[in-house]
Formats: sequence, structure tokens, C-alpha cells
Amino acid sequence: MSVGIIMLVHTAFDRAEEVARHWAAAGCPVVFHVDKNVKDDAYYGFVKSMSDLPDTRFVKRHRCEWGTWGLVAATQAAAQTLLDDFPDVRHVYLTSGACLPLRPLQELFDYLDERPQTDFIESATTADVPWTIGGLDRERFLLRFPFSWRRQRMLFDIYVRFQRAVGYKRTIPNGVVPHMGSQWWCLTRQTLSAILEDPERKTYDRFFRKVWIPDESYFQTLSRLYSRQIESRSLTLSKFDYQGKPHMFYDDHLQLLRRSDCFVARKIWPFANRLYEAFLTDPDGAMKRTEPNPGKIDRIFAKAVDRRTRGRPGLYMQSRYPAEGRENGVTCAQYSIFEGFSDLFENFEPWLAKTTGARVHGHLFAPDRVEYSDGQTVMNGALSDSAKLRNYNKRAFLTSLIWNTRGERQCFQLGPMDEIEDIEWDIAKDPNAQISVITGAWAIGLFKSNRNFADIRKEAARLQQIESTHLNALRSEWAKARIRIWTMAEFIEAPMEPLQTIIDEIGRTRRKTLAEAPKMTDLKGFPQFLQSLKNQGMHPYLMGDFPIDPGKPDTQEPKPKPYLIK
Amino acid sequence: MRWRRKYAKMRAYGKKYSMRSVSDNTSAIRSGDILLFSTFRNENIRLPYFLDYYRRLGVSHFLMVDNDSDDGGRPYLAQQPDVSLWTTRASYRRSRFGVDWLNSLQRQYGHGHWCLTVDPDELFVYPFCDTRPIRALTDWLDSSHVRSFGAMLLDMYPKGRIDAVPYRAGQDPIEIAAWFDPGNYVIDRNPSYWNLWIQGGPRSRMFFRDLPKKAPALNKIPLVKWDKRYAYVSSTHTLLPRGLNLTYDQWGGEKASGVLLHTKFLSTFGEKAEEELTRKQHYAGSVEYKAYAEKIQKDPDLWCNWSEKYINWRQLEILGLMSKGNWA
Repeated sequence: MSVGIIMLVHTAFDRAEEVARHWAAAGCPVVFHVDKNVKDDAYYGFVKSMSDLPDTRFVKRHRCEWGTWGLVAATQAAAQTLLDDFPDVRHVYLTSGACLPLRPLQELFDYLDERPQTDFIESATTADVPWTIGGLDRERFLLRFPFSWRRQRMLFDIYVRFQRAVGYKRTIPNGVVPHMGSQWWCLTRQTLSAILEDPERKTYDRFFRKVWIPDESYFQTLSRLYSRQIESRSLTLSKFDYQGKPHMFYDDHLQLLRRSDCFVARKIWPFANRLYEAFLTDPDGAMKRTEPNPGKIDRIFAKAVDRRTRGRPGLYMQSRYPAEGRENGVTCAQYSIFEGFSDLFENFEPWLAKTTGARVHGHLFAPDRVEYSDGQTVMNGALSDSAKLRNYNKRAFLTSLIWNTRGERQCFQLGPMDEIEDIEWDIAKDPNAQISVITGAWAIGLFKSNRNFADIRKEAARLQQIESTHLNALRSEWAKARIRIWTMAEFIEAPMEPLQTIIDEIGRTRRKTLAEAPKMTDLKGFPQFLQSLKNQGMHPYLMGDFPIDPGKPDTQEPKPKPYLIK
Repeated sequence: MRWRRKYAKMRAYGKKYSMRSVSDNTSAIRSGDILLFSTFRNENIRLPYFLDYYRRLGVSHFLMVDNDSDDGGRPYLAQQPDVSLWTTRASYRRSRFGVDWLNSLQRQYGHGHWCLTVDPDELFVYPFCDTRPIRALTDWLDSSHVRSFGAMLLDMYPKGRIDAVPYRAGQDPIEIAAWFDPGNYVIDRNPSYWNLWIQGGPRSRMFFRDLPKKAPALNKIPLVKWDKRYAYVSSTHTLLPRGLNLTYDQWGGEKASGVLLHTKFLSTFGEKAEEELTRKQHYAGSVEYKAYAEKIQKDPDLWCNWSEKYINWRQLEILGLMSKGNWA
């Protein structure tokens, strides 16, 4: 038979045996290396259970710890035995006990028969690989690593730092160029024997013994010296997570693995009964003879890494609670806040809902209750309208609302009469917020109210104070929202232009000019009202400059009739 | 913190002697087994489904503490070969709501095992729980060097009156209590124990509208690779050493997490609430039960327009109540 198997085993011997018998039944000789950390009785039990198969060998056991030389030594020994004892072998396939062949073996043999000179080994120079874990790429080869990363992390780190500090650098023997790649390869007899019989092997071994994770670089580097044709990819499907730990395959990956068209996959969870059953017992002749295509699996695992490292922006939950500044997005979607608009326009909310198709709420932060759209008492996600619940954690309230209504733009009103403290800074700093402010418009409410003037004066002073602090937040250097601020006087001079800009930015509907304007409230007498406030010693300045002359209140006189802006 | 942990261990040690063994099958525990710890009082009607559910997930042995039940739950459990049962007449409140009893059992039997600590009305849901046994999860946690796994409590309730559909023994409670609140939770971080403090759900929405701070905590860490030095501090909300409470990511990513479906609000709830009110054995003078009793009399419907009907774990994942993290 032209293909020989090396199998590195350290656990789940029943599964290793199953797979080994599968290889053997197809006529492949199998050479085992069992980790020296395995207890003797487990080891001999395994040897005994394999003893009925003639073409299996066991080699001297090495202690295999992740990232150390033991794995390479084990592979060398096994490869030597395989080449010596089975002269027919042309390709040597390195596998582990957790590998599982996915396609009928005959297809693998045919595939290799068609490519008798090709070495399948992932092998890239250190500068070109993105997947080094721990920030050590070129340094893997230039420093010495006598300590275990898993067990002696402190010593490991100290020694690395020490070597960096003193500028220690090893010389790479004979100027070979270090390459790295997946440790699961399939090499031809020619290449493999050339590596093992190299007169300089002692030099190389001595060098790689102190390299970090040599099993990912020894054969990957040396095969470059001898191979006639390197196909730089692994025939074994093997995915790693963001910590460099291999992903496991489970029963529910069955269809995915079937569609991957890869020859061998690792690692299989030892209790994934359905996978072992499906791939080892049923020949499944239906599989097409195609090139391996692990793309679909790649996407799934890439997504998993992304979820672990970046998460879903705007989501706060039991296992994602980012520290401030680490949220990558305070909220999950864009939303709009209008300040003063519903004071100035009588029908602003229904108008906005009609024009934009967005969900338009009233004052979400009103003191007595949360004013959801259409007077609802519960909102998406079962958010309550209780002001106390909302005030208990305003930020959570807002982020939950935006998260719960993903896919629907939210708009709401805000003003100095609302309970905006503890939330105004969060909003100002949120790039998803679009904030439009007409300053001083809150005075309209007072102007129309039927209260004693002394109370009005007091209230006006209070609201002006709150809005002025609020404006400071909006104008601060930390504000990241898209913020537009007009004084009331400015705004009513030409209300359509700013409205058009805001609506365009919301951009739900296709870009069109506004056909209908919201109805502005009657401001007759408002300048006098402001003047009375001034006369009482209160200085209302946030509204801008209104003409005080009571004789010509012309800015308010013609009610804004619907008109078009071309 | 070290002394608080020692104190918790001491208490557990003291409480050990208030428990009497009813049936001891702990010799059947093998290394690598997944163990379940639970304490209960008068939950006989829930026990058959509870055992069935967790057996199917792959729990190998149940270690249960019976707090003076008189409804036949004790003899039922004593017959089960994979249950070891203790009983105690001591005060639930003075054992810090059962924590001391379980800490003492965990110390004795849990060391080196993955231990799941849940109440009989809590059903553990984790990523891929419909296709992978719990062992797949714990193996993966082991290989990722993770020692504790968080699962938020999710209150389930029926549509309509809580007592409308009577619960039968052996029935899946989710058939009746199929609804939950999908997105009204608030989170705060506990600066001394480092755990998250989660509140919200129907209990906040209905019973604690005016007293949100008093609403019950929903954060739980039920699955832990136990070491005899560990201790639960208050229910399964908080662990010591406190590094075990860091089941969340603070850098923007998501760690894997699950959910405990809390099926308290079944037809059995009315009696239970009344009993607990008279016993006054629950947290903060049973203030929670007082609030329930009042509300339930008047308007026993927790359901609202935006309640979500439970389908499976993937739904919870999409809603953002739990996460796969980097498990795929």
C-alpha cells in the first residue's frame, strides 16, 4: 500500500483504535506513538488490543507536552519506523488519535496516486502568517525556550524578557528560512527520508529543540530544503480558536463535515458517536470526488472567534459587560433625539412618524412615566413604562430599548423638564445618536401654561439652567453624537431647511423633498412673554434674539403654510 | 476575601451535622462524573421531570438535601439509584438558604468534579444543549481552562392566570410556563465580589415597579469545576474565590453562557407562596413573597404584549440572553 499512517495518541484509546482499524482495513500500515505521560497499564492495554493487526508498530514513547520538542521526536521515531518497516509506503500521513477520515479512503489513495511527487504540508514564512499566538513569531526561532509555557509561565515570560533585554539572538543553522504551518502533514518518502537522513540533522535537531512549538516548524522548514513540489496546505481539516486551541467537532457538525469534502478532520470529540458511526462504518458512496473545500466550516469558526473577541455591539448581558470605552458601540443601532421640536410644532410626532416611517416616542425620560409611542404601557422586550424602573438604570433602559427594536429606527423627544441627568452624557458620547436641539423651545410650554407668573419665572430659570448644562455636554470635546443645535429664533426663521437635513439623515425613505411641514404652534405674544421674564429680572437667552417690538410680531404672524423646497 | 471564604467553609462544616443521610449512593460516583447538587422542600410533583431532564443531559449523580418535606418526595428520591439524599429539619434561612448544606456536600463529594447546583424549578439550558450532552460543554471548558460557567435565571410564566392550567407530575413545565421577558434586564457589577448583579424580568416589571432595587437577583453561576477550597457565598449568585465570578468579558467580547429556565410560576405557586409567607424562611424577610401574594390575588397574569414564547436555546442566543462565545 502506498500510504502509511503515523498516529500520535495520548487519550481516548477506544476511538484511536477504531480509527486505526479503519486505516488498517484499507491496507495502510499504522505506526503509533503513545505519550509517555499515559499510565503503563493503559498503554499496554492499548498495545494488546491492537496486537491482532499485523501491520501496526509501536515506537519508543516520548513525553509530549504542547509546544515542546517531544512531539517532533515522537514523529521522527515513528516516521523512521514506518519508512524502514514498510518499503512500499510512498506517502506518510501524520495524524492524531482525535483525527477522523471523512471520505472513503480509496478516494484519498487515488488523490495521492495522481500526485505521487507532491508534499502536502502547510508551510509559510513567519512574516506571512497571521495566526501566531502570544505575539511570538520570528522570536520563536531567535530565542531559547527551555521552560514550559503551560506549567512554568512565569519563568517562560521572564526568560523571554531577559533575552530580549540583553539582545540575545540565536543563529539559524545553514541559513535555512524558518517556515511554520499546521503540524498535520502528508509527506512523500523522498522528502521525509531526506529530512531524517540529512547529514546535518544533528545540527537542525539541536536548533529546533529550543525553538518554541517546534512541531509547527521543524518539518515545515526542512521540507522546503528537499521537496520537489510543495502544496502548502494540510489535507487535515483543523480549526483553531483565538487562543490557538483546536476547535472540537461534535455530532451536530455531521452535515457540515460531509460538505467540507476534506479527507481527514480533527479534533473529534471522543463521545461524538454519530460522527464516528457515520464516517467509519457507512461508506457513503454519494460523496462527490471534489477538491477539499473547508470554506463553509471556516466561516462558522471565524464567526465564533469574532463573537468571543468583539461580541455584539450594543448588547449588555450576563457574559458581555464591557468596561467603559470598551463597548465598541454604546448602542447597537442609530436613533434620533429631538429636543424642543414637539414644543414648537403641534403635530410633530405623528408628522415625523409619517414622514420617516420610524418609531416615534414621546418623552422617554419624562418624570412621571415613560411615554412610549401610541401611549403603550409596555415596549419591545417587555420594557415597562414605570419611571422608577427606568430611573433605576437609565443607560440599561436606553441600550435595551435600542437593542430590542433592532431593525426599526427609534426617535424620541427630550427636554430640560425630563430626567436627563445620568443619561445626557451617555447620549452625547454615543456615535449612534442623532441629536437635534432647538434651544429655549421649552419656554413655549410655560408661555402657554396657565400658571402664576412667579412660578413661571422660577421654572424658566430652572429649565434654562438645566438646558445650559446639557448644551455644555453636547458641545464638549467628548461628544461623539451627530449634534445640531439651533436657537429657537434661528430655527423659526427657516424651519424647513434643518428639518429636511434631519429627515435625509434618518434616510429611511428614499430621498425626497418634504411635501408637508409640521404645524408650528401659534407664537403670537411670545416675544412679549420673553420680555416680561426679562422685566422680572430673569434673563432668557437660549431662545436667541426675538424682535421685542410688540407692534410687528411678523415672524410669527404668517403661520407656516405647507410649501415646497426645491 | 480569604477570611470570608474561610467563614463560609466553617459554616458549611458546622451545618454538616444538622443533616441526616437517607440514602447514600455516593460510592457509585466515578472520577469525571458530572454531579448535581440541589436542596428542596415539598417539590415532589416536580422531581420526576427534574431527574429525567438532567439525566438526559448526562448528569451522573444527584446529591439532594431535603428540607423537611412532608409530601412524599423523600421516599421517592430514596428509591432512585443515582440519587444520594440527606434530610434536615434545620432552618433554611439560618443555613443561608441552603448554601451551607450544599457547600458541605460539595466539599466532601464535589472536589475535582464538574458540579451543577440548581433548584428543582430550574432547568439548565446551554449552547447546543439540544445536540450535545453536558459532558461536551465541560470537556470544552476544561480544554479552555475555564472553571465556572454562568447561567442567568430566566423567569418563565404562562399566558393567563398562573393557576389556570394545573401542572401534572412528570410533565415538562415549559409546556405551561412557555413565556418570558426578552429584553428588560439591568446589570450592575458588584465591586467587592466582582460578579454581575442582574435584575429585571416579569418579577421586576410586575412586583417591583416602585422598588426596583429590591427585585430579586437573576445572575447565577451554577456550573463549577469544584475544588474543595471553593464556596458559594449567597445562593449560586456569588462564589469565592472571586475570580470564579468573572464569567463575563469586559473587553467587548462575549464569553459562553447559558440560562436557567425558572419555572416557579406554575399552578403550584399559590400554595407555595402562602406556605413561604408563614414560614418566613426566605431572603430579606420573604419580602419577595409578600409582594407576590398581594399581586397574585389581584391580577395573576404575568403575560404582556411583548412576552416571548420559548422555542430553544438558539432563540435565547439571538435575543442576547445567552451566548455561544467561541464554542462552535
